[in-house]
Amino acid sequence: MAPLLEIKGLKTHFSTDDGILQAVDGVDITINKGETLCVVGESGCGKTVTAMSILKLIAMPPGRIAAGQIIFEGRDLVPLTSNELDDIRAKEIGFIFQEPMTSLNPVLTIGEQIAESLRRHEGLTRKQALERTIEMLKLVQIPNAEGRVHNYPHQFSGGMRQRVMIAMALACKPKLIIADEPTTALDVTIQAQILDLLQDMKERFGMAVMLITHAMGVVAETAQRVVVMYAGKVVEEAPVDDLFGDPRHPYTQGLIRSIPRIDLDSEHKTRLEAIGGSVPILINPPVGCRFAPRCKFAMDVCIEKEPLLREVKPGHRMACHLGDAQLGAAS
Amino acid sequence: MSQYVLRRLLIAIPSLLGISVVLFVVLALAPGDPFSELATNPNVPPEVQAALRAKFGLDDPIYLRYLHWLNAMMHGDWGFSFVSRMNVDTLILQRLPATLYVIGSAQILALLVAIPVGVYAATKPYSLFDQIANTFAFIGFSLPTFFTGLLFILIFSVTLDWLPFVYTTDVKATGIHWVLEMIRQAIMPVAVLGLFQAASMTRFVRSAMLDVIRLDYVTTARAKGLGQATVIVKHVMRNAMIPVVTLIALQMPAVFGGAIVTEQIFRIPGIGSLLISSILSNDTPVVMAVTFVFACLVVLFNLIADVLYGWLDPRISLR
Repeated sequence: MAPLLEIKGLKTHFSTDDGILQAVDGVDITINKGETLCVVGESGCGKTVTAMSILKLIAMPPGRIAAGQIIFEGRDLVPLTSNELDDIRAKEIGFIFQEPMTSLNPVLTIGEQIAESLRRHEGLTRKQALERTIEMLKLVQIPNAEGRVHNYPHQFSGGMRQRVMIAMALACKPKLIIADEPTTALDVTIQAQILDLLQDMKERFGMAVMLITHAMGVVAETAQRVVVMYAGKVVEEAPVDDLFGDPRHPYTQGLIRSIPRIDLDSEHKTRLEAIGGSVPILINPPVGCRFAPRCKFAMDVCIEKEPLLREVKPGHRMACHLGDAQLGAAS
Repeated sequence: MSQYVLRRLLIAIPSLLGISVVLFVVLALAPGDPFSELATNPNVPPEVQAALRAKFGLDDPIYLRYLHWLNAMMHGDWGFSFVSRMNVDTLILQRLPATLYVIGSAQILALLVAIPVGVYAATKPYSLFDQIANTFAFIGFSLPTFFTGLLFILIFSVTLDWLPFVYTTDVKATGIHWVLEMIRQAIMPVAVLGLFQAASMTRFVRSAMLDVIRLDYVTTARAKGLGQATVIVKHVMRNAMIPVVTLIALQMPAVFGGAIVTEQIFRIPGIGSLLISSILSNDTPVVMAVTFVFACLVVLFNLIADVLYGWLDPRISLR
């Protein structure tokens, strides 16, 4: 079965005063129909830029897709103009953003903001679009949808606004939803509600979800497959159980070890392990492995040669020079 | 809403009273006397002068004079112009149409230039169009109207002889010719005032647009596949216009002030030139009335700005 979306060798660069910033540098990601794929990594590792590149939502200029293909249902999106992409945006690929507080237009009613994409893509009349909008608001469990549809964003709480964003992204029943840290800005109880809602909607409409997050807890709860990104590159890719059960890349291992645990009794409790240092600035990055400066196992080869993604077992790929035996010992 | 407007109007009363006191005192302290002309006129005997002064209460203490003025104003009596020998309100009403015609057209011209240019420049920042628009905007608001006005007269009236340089209210023509002549003589003052306004307004529209264009909800709108034009007009412009509308409303009194200079240059018999000539001839009642009208305009446009703000931005409720 052909994948729904296939990103091949994507490079997204930004020109800055100090040089070319290689925010995304050769990323391969595949999403199958109806699957939930999580993309994880620290802030600044290129997750959002990768997602925004799919629909060319990055600022161009200074941003630029320097190389690669983004094949959606057999069609490469990279050469398309912004106008041509408008038929795919919202209709085929829906987007949920990180900040519900700032992602809605403050001077338009939420009903208008949902209805406008229905009118654009489904050719509905104003009245039909309003009915569908109310239907969508009920679906995302907004109480008193008939009344609330005429309210402005500032009359909603953060969690409710994120529900509105979900209703907006789902309105045209797209085949793929890209959710860019949809719960980061919300408090914990609301986070769980929003993730449940997203899961529920995904099952109802049978769409695929690309969930971008830096919370490993969210990954464990929602994903089928996980892609770990570091400094603009994919470093590991595996089914979710495999990734948590048998993480191979030292970075992934670090991420998993940095999850706080309360299930250990006090004897086994250790200090929470953090990965030292921070993501490098991606202007003129070093030739070797980009994680090497922060890696406990770094060898000479890591600084000289870039590790390529290789399959360590079926469906599990990672990019590290360490041999299987050493990696086993490391974890 | 109507309650809000009513309350704001009531609040305006004390501030207008305060303004009138200041104006009155300043004018009373200013050198010159409305009757100085009479004093030097040998045909007016001194006893007639004294009788006139007593009649108009010119030698009363200042607070009494102010209260007289205030009382008269309340009864709709704006005073009497010593120079023009007519009531001040008639005089102002005579001069107002020319001012409103020129200033109104200039503002419309300014908006018609500033909004499209500013919006388009903001959608393509640092493009050739943007650079050219910026350059013209800088030139536009660096050149004062008394300079561009004279330049226009020199080019279009003196050298090319295309347009008249003296504005007249009694055009000797009827029908369509009257309309054409009215337009022809307004072209230069409207262009000078309008382009000057447009220059700073363009810059303001551009920066307001640029502030909004990078916000998250604009990306949301793009992600809906609405198309560039819809995104710009519906999502960006609607928000960017909030500060622009406020600025324009608050600038209106200053526009009237700026028009004084333009009216002088093109000899437009509007209230700006009325103010200047009254000041020069010590015609205190007219000066007082015209400056008071300007003060009312400031208060009025402040109120309009606030009401528009509440109307454009649903987050603000006027209570």
